[in-house]
Amino acid sequence: METGTKTNVDEVVAGSGTPASVLRFSGDISSGSRDSVLGAYGKIAKDRAVLLDFTRVDYINSSGIALVIQMMMEANKAGHTICAFGLTPHFQKVFTMVGITKYAKLYPDEGTAKAAL
Amino acid sequence: MNEIRETAVEVRLPSRLGFEKIAMGTAASVAKMMGFPEDRIQDLKTAVAEACINAIEHGNHLDESLSIGVILSTTDNSLEVKVVDEGSGIEKRPANPDIDRKMHGEEDARGMGMFLIESLVDEVEWVKGNKGDGSYVRLVIRLDKEGT
Repeated sequence: METGTKTNVDEVVAGSGTPASVLRFSGDISSGSRDSVLGAYGKIAKDRAVLLDFTRVDYINSSGIALVIQMMMEANKAGHTICAFGLTPHFQKVFTMVGITKYAKLYPDEGTAKAAL
Repeated sequence: MNEIRETAVEVRLPSRLGFEKIAMGTAASVAKMMGFPEDRIQDLKTAVAEACINAIEHGNHLDESLSIGVILSTTDNSLEVKVVDEGSGIEKRPANPDIDRKMHGEEDARGMGMFLIESLVDEVEWVKGNKGDGSYVRLVIRLDKEGT
């Protein structure tokens, strides 16, 4: 029943002209997504900002949110900036409830997120 | 099928992660027929999913020979969802998640399910099983409540 997570990595140029990596998730983000979330983060360059694209994510549960928090922990240690975009209004609310917005900014779409970096 | 009054729907699911999405879909369908707004349906879907995950992981310990029950009961203005497992129930409610403690590795990154359930619905009751009866969590959302 779990759809699984697919992650594509794109390199983009942020509004400030600096490079950024975009982790584009699709499918479900749940307990089975460790490799797709933390594994993908582990492979990207560590000298740039990271954007998380949730536009094509159908379902996120608390185990999936925990993986996002673990990624934020690693980013925080490395001095990375992490931003997210493409969350539905409901999951923007959930991410705010659990405190993620204290450590990662949420934007409505990719253009807004890139412009803010 | 335009009105639902004091109706019950029951679904039984295997104790396998992922099957909570069946319960989410069923609860969303009933809530939609009752006229709940979209934001409340999304709240309900997440709460039901987390309740089922707790039942599968902590109640039935992922034992696929056991099932969980999801019973949806409606009145004119409320929807109640009971998620029943075969475990002994919650001994002690965990503390609410603390993002600072999580980010500093002082608290498990997981452990947000009960907090989310309690934050997203109007009423929650955790009931321990007794003499062979299953433990359950009972969630209620009401039509007359504004979105959170």
